[in-house]
Amino acid sequence: MTTKKTLAFLLMDAPYESARTTTAFRLVDAAIRRGHDVSVFCYEGAVALSFAKQAPHPNAVHGRDLAQEDHPNPKDWIAALAAQADRSGAKLAWINCGLCVDERGVGEVVSGVGRGSPVDFWKSAEAADNSLVIPTKG
Amino acid sequence: MAGYLLIESRDPLESRDVASHFYDLAAGLARRGEPVTLFLVQNGVFPARRRAQAAALDAVARAGVEVLADDFSLRERGISSDRLDPRVTAAPLDVVIDRLVEGRKALWH
Repeated sequence: MTTKKTLAFLLMDAPYESARTTTAFRLVDAAIRRGHDVSVFCYEGAVALSFAKQAPHPNAVHGRDLAQEDHPNPKDWIAALAAQADRSGAKLAWINCGLCVDERGVGEVVSGVGRGSPVDFWKSAEAADNSLVIPTKG
Repeated sequence: MAGYLLIESRDPLESRDVASHFYDLAAGLARRGEPVTLFLVQNGVFPARRRAQAAALDAVARAGVEVLADDFSLRERGISSDRLDPRVTAAPLDVVIDRLVEGRKALWH
Protein backbone atom coordinates (compact mmCIF):
# COMPACT_ATOMS: atom_id res chain seq x y z
CA MET A 1 0.00 0.00 0.00
CA THR A 2 1.04 3.59 -0.52
CA THR A 3 1.27 5.98 2.41
CA LYS A 4 -1.96 6.18 4.35
CA LYS A 5 -4.07 9.15 3.29
CA THR A 6 -7.40 10.57 4.35
CA LEU A 7 -10.18 10.99 1.81
CA ALA A 8 -13.45 12.83 2.33
CA PHE A 9 -16.61 11.99 0.39
CA LEU A 10 -19.95 13.75 0.25
CA LEU A 11 -23.01 11.76 -0.83
CA MET A 12 -26.43 13.19 -1.64
CA ASP A 13 -28.55 10.45 -3.22
CA ALA A 14 -31.26 8.62 -1.34
CA PRO A 15 -31.02 4.83 -1.22
CA TYR A 16 -32.35 2.75 -4.14
CA GLU A 17 -32.56 5.73 -6.49
CA SER A 18 -29.27 5.99 -8.32
CA ALA A 19 -26.26 3.99 -9.44
CA ARG A 20 -24.23 6.78 -7.86
CA THR A 21 -24.89 5.20 -4.46
CA THR A 22 -23.45 1.88 -5.59
CA THR A 23 -20.42 3.62 -7.07
CA ALA A 24 -19.94 5.64 -3.89
CA PHE A 25 -19.97 2.48 -1.78
CA ARG A 26 -17.47 0.90 -4.17
CA LEU A 27 -15.19 3.91 -3.87
CA VAL A 28 -15.29 3.89 -0.07
CA ASP A 29 -14.62 0.15 -0.11
CA ALA A 30 -11.65 0.58 -2.47
CA ALA A 31 -10.17 3.31 -0.30
CA ILE A 32 -10.42 1.46 3.01
CA ARG A 33 -9.18 -1.79 1.48
CA ARG A 34 -6.01 0.14 0.66
CA GLY A 35 -5.82 1.26 4.28
CA HIS A 36 -6.77 4.88 3.73
CA ASP A 37 -8.88 6.68 6.29
CA VAL A 38 -12.25 7.80 4.94
CA SER A 39 -14.85 10.26 6.10
CA VAL A 40 -18.29 10.23 4.54
CA PHE A 41 -20.75 13.07 4.95
CA CYS A 42 -24.31 12.30 3.92
CA TYR A 43 -26.51 15.17 2.87
CA GLU A 44 -30.14 15.38 1.77
CA GLY A 45 -31.56 11.95 0.84
CA ALA A 46 -28.30 10.14 1.51
CA VAL A 47 -28.95 10.38 5.26
CA ALA A 48 -31.43 7.51 4.81
CA LEU A 49 -28.64 5.15 3.78
CA SER A 50 -27.94 4.39 7.44
CA PHE A 51 -31.57 4.25 8.65
CA ALA A 52 -31.75 1.33 11.06
CA LYS A 53 -35.33 0.31 10.24
CA GLN A 54 -34.61 -0.66 6.65
CA ALA A 55 -35.94 -4.18 6.19
CA PRO A 56 -35.37 -6.85 3.56
CA HIS A 57 -38.42 -8.27 1.82
CA PRO A 58 -39.45 -11.35 -0.16
CA ASN A 59 -40.26 -11.06 -3.85
CA ALA A 60 -43.75 -12.32 -4.56
CA VAL A 61 -43.52 -11.50 -8.27
CA HIS A 62 -40.60 -13.88 -8.73
CA GLY A 63 -41.80 -16.34 -6.08
CA ARG A 64 -38.77 -15.91 -3.85
CA ASP A 65 -38.94 -15.91 -0.07
CA LEU A 66 -36.94 -13.63 2.18
CA ALA A 67 -33.83 -15.81 2.19
CA GLN A 68 -33.93 -16.51 -1.54
CA GLU A 69 -34.40 -12.84 -2.37
CA ASP A 70 -31.48 -11.89 -0.12
CA HIS A 71 -32.42 -8.26 -0.56
CA PRO A 72 -29.57 -5.96 0.37
CA ASN A 73 -30.12 -2.90 2.52
CA PRO A 74 -27.69 0.01 2.46
CA LYS A 75 -27.47 0.05 6.25
CA ASP A 76 -25.91 -3.40 6.02
CA TRP A 77 -23.43 -2.18 3.41
CA ILE A 78 -22.39 0.62 5.77
CA ALA A 79 -21.88 -1.92 8.55
CA ALA A 80 -19.86 -4.07 6.13
CA LEU A 81 -17.70 -1.10 5.19
CA ALA A 82 -17.06 -0.41 8.89
CA ALA A 83 -16.04 -4.04 9.40
CA GLN A 84 -13.77 -3.87 6.34
CA ALA A 85 -12.17 -0.71 7.71
CA ASP A 86 -11.39 -2.53 10.97
CA ARG A 87 -9.79 -5.40 9.03
CA SER A 88 -7.78 -3.00 6.89
CA GLY A 89 -6.56 -0.84 9.73
CA ALA A 90 -8.42 2.14 8.32
CA LYS A 91 -10.75 4.61 9.98
CA LEU A 92 -14.23 5.13 8.60
CA ALA A 93 -16.22 8.11 9.87
CA TRP A 94 -19.84 8.33 8.69
CA ILE A 95 -21.73 11.53 9.52
CA ASN A 96 -25.29 12.48 8.60
CA CYS A 97 -26.55 16.02 8.20
CA GLY A 98 -28.76 16.41 11.28
CA LEU A 99 -31.27 18.76 9.69
CA CYS A 100 -31.67 16.40 6.74
CA VAL A 101 -32.20 13.52 9.18
CA ASP A 102 -34.88 15.37 11.11
CA GLU A 103 -36.72 16.41 7.95
CA ARG A 104 -36.93 12.78 6.89
CA GLY A 105 -37.48 11.19 10.30
CA VAL A 106 -34.58 8.80 9.87
CA GLY A 107 -32.83 9.46 13.17
CA GLU A 108 -32.52 5.81 14.13
CA VAL A 109 -29.25 4.80 12.54
CA VAL A 110 -26.94 1.83 12.61
CA SER A 111 -24.01 1.75 14.99
CA GLY A 112 -21.09 3.99 14.20
CA VAL A 113 -23.04 6.63 12.29
CA GLY A 114 -22.87 10.13 13.71
CA ARG A 115 -24.82 13.34 13.36
CA GLY A 116 -23.46 16.71 12.33
CA SER A 117 -24.02 19.70 10.13
CA PRO A 118 -22.67 20.73 6.72
CA VAL A 119 -19.78 22.45 8.44
CA ASP A 120 -18.58 18.99 9.39
CA PHE A 121 -18.04 18.21 5.73
CA TRP A 122 -16.04 21.40 5.39
CA LYS A 123 -13.96 20.38 8.42
CA SER A 124 -13.42 16.87 7.10
CA ALA A 125 -12.46 18.18 3.66
CA GLU A 126 -10.04 20.62 5.26
CA ALA A 127 -8.46 17.82 7.25
CA ALA A 128 -8.39 15.34 4.36
CA ASP A 129 -5.74 14.91 1.70
CA ASN A 130 -8.44 15.05 -0.96
CA SER A 131 -12.20 15.09 -1.31
CA LEU A 132 -14.87 14.06 -3.78
CA VAL A 133 -18.42 15.39 -3.90
CA ILE A 134 -20.86 13.05 -5.61
CA PRO A 135 -23.81 15.33 -6.29
CA THR A 136 -27.29 14.21 -7.08
CA LYS A 137 -28.27 14.67 -10.71
CA GLY A 138 -29.42 18.22 -11.36
CA MET B 1 0.51 17.10 -7.38
CA ALA B 2 -1.28 19.16 -9.95
CA GLY B 3 -3.76 17.64 -12.31
CA TYR B 4 -7.39 16.80 -12.59
CA LEU B 5 -9.67 13.81 -12.31
CA LEU B 6 -12.96 14.25 -14.10
CA ILE B 7 -15.50 11.53 -13.47
CA GLU B 8 -18.31 11.25 -16.02
CA SER B 9 -21.28 9.15 -14.96
CA ARG B 10 -23.70 10.19 -17.70
CA ASP B 11 -24.19 9.09 -21.28
CA PRO B 12 -24.06 11.95 -23.82
CA LEU B 13 -27.38 10.67 -25.18
CA GLU B 14 -29.08 11.21 -21.83
CA SER B 15 -27.39 14.50 -20.92
CA ARG B 16 -26.57 17.07 -23.56
CA ASP B 17 -23.89 18.75 -21.45
CA VAL B 18 -21.61 15.69 -21.32
CA ALA B 19 -19.76 16.21 -24.57
CA SER B 20 -20.36 19.93 -24.90
CA HIS B 21 -19.24 20.83 -21.39
CA PHE B 22 -17.52 18.06 -19.46
CA TYR B 23 -15.45 16.58 -22.28
CA ASP B 24 -14.59 20.12 -23.38
CA LEU B 25 -13.50 20.96 -19.85
CA ALA B 26 -11.23 17.90 -19.79
CA ALA B 27 -9.71 18.82 -23.14
CA GLY B 28 -9.27 22.44 -22.16
CA LEU B 29 -7.48 21.57 -18.93
CA ALA B 30 -5.21 19.14 -20.78
CA ARG B 31 -4.34 21.76 -23.41
CA ARG B 32 -3.09 23.95 -20.55
CA GLY B 33 -0.55 21.26 -19.83
CA GLU B 34 -2.23 19.71 -16.81
CA PRO B 35 -2.41 15.94 -16.46
CA VAL B 36 -6.09 15.07 -16.87
CA THR B 37 -7.87 11.77 -16.44
CA LEU B 38 -11.42 11.39 -17.70
CA PHE B 39 -12.87 8.41 -15.87
CA LEU B 40 -16.10 7.03 -17.34
CA VAL B 41 -18.43 5.21 -14.96
CA GLN B 42 -22.06 3.98 -14.89
CA ASN B 43 -23.87 5.09 -18.08
CA GLY B 44 -20.86 7.27 -18.77
CA VAL B 45 -19.15 4.21 -20.26
CA PHE B 46 -21.47 3.98 -23.27
CA PRO B 47 -19.32 6.34 -25.36
CA ALA B 48 -16.41 3.96 -24.77
CA ARG B 49 -17.89 1.63 -27.39
CA ARG B 50 -16.06 1.79 -30.68
CA ARG B 51 -17.61 4.38 -33.01
CA ALA B 52 -20.26 5.39 -30.44
CA GLN B 53 -18.90 8.90 -29.82
CA ALA B 54 -15.84 8.97 -32.04
CA ALA B 55 -15.74 12.74 -32.57
CA ALA B 56 -16.03 13.55 -28.86
CA LEU B 57 -13.39 11.01 -27.89
CA ASP B 58 -11.16 12.28 -30.69
CA ALA B 59 -11.20 15.75 -29.21
CA VAL B 60 -10.28 14.70 -25.67
CA ALA B 61 -7.69 12.18 -26.84
CA ARG B 62 -6.01 14.72 -29.14
CA ALA B 63 -5.75 17.10 -26.19
CA GLY B 64 -3.84 14.46 -24.26
CA VAL B 65 -6.56 13.40 -21.83
CA GLU B 66 -6.21 9.92 -20.37
CA VAL B 67 -9.58 8.24 -20.93
CA LEU B 68 -10.45 5.29 -18.67
CA ALA B 69 -13.68 3.32 -18.34
CA ASP B 70 -14.78 1.50 -15.19
CA ASP B 71 -14.47 -2.21 -15.92
CA PHE B 72 -17.41 -3.07 -13.65
CA SER B 73 -19.71 -0.60 -15.43
CA LEU B 74 -18.59 -2.04 -18.77
CA ARG B 75 -19.38 -5.59 -17.65
CA GLU B 76 -22.77 -4.51 -16.27
CA ARG B 77 -23.66 -3.18 -19.74
CA GLY B 78 -22.27 -6.10 -21.69
CA ILE B 79 -19.48 -4.08 -23.29
CA SER B 80 -16.52 -6.36 -23.78
CA SER B 81 -12.96 -5.11 -24.06
CA ASP B 82 -12.78 -5.97 -27.76
CA ARG B 83 -15.62 -3.51 -28.43
CA LEU B 84 -13.86 -0.58 -26.80
CA ASP B 85 -12.75 2.49 -28.67
CA PRO B 86 -8.95 2.23 -28.96
CA ARG B 87 -8.57 5.54 -27.14
CA VAL B 88 -10.28 4.14 -24.05
CA THR B 89 -8.72 1.78 -21.52
CA ALA B 90 -10.78 -0.36 -19.15
CA ALA B 91 -9.69 0.19 -15.56
CA PRO B 92 -10.80 -0.74 -12.05
CA LEU B 93 -12.50 1.86 -9.87
CA ASP B 94 -9.42 1.76 -7.65
CA VAL B 95 -7.82 4.13 -10.15
CA VAL B 96 -10.08 6.87 -8.83
CA ILE B 97 -8.69 6.30 -5.35
CA ASP B 98 -5.15 6.32 -6.73
CA ARG B 99 -5.72 9.64 -8.47
CA LEU B 100 -7.32 11.16 -5.37
CA VAL B 101 -4.38 10.02 -3.28
CA GLU B 102 -2.04 11.63 -5.82
CA GLY B 103 -3.83 14.91 -5.14
CA ARG B 104 -5.74 15.32 -8.37
CA LYS B 105 -8.54 17.85 -8.17
CA ALA B 106 -11.67 15.79 -8.66
CA LEU B 107 -14.95 16.72 -10.24
CA TRP B 108 -17.96 14.41 -10.63
CA HIS B 109 -20.60 14.88 -13.30
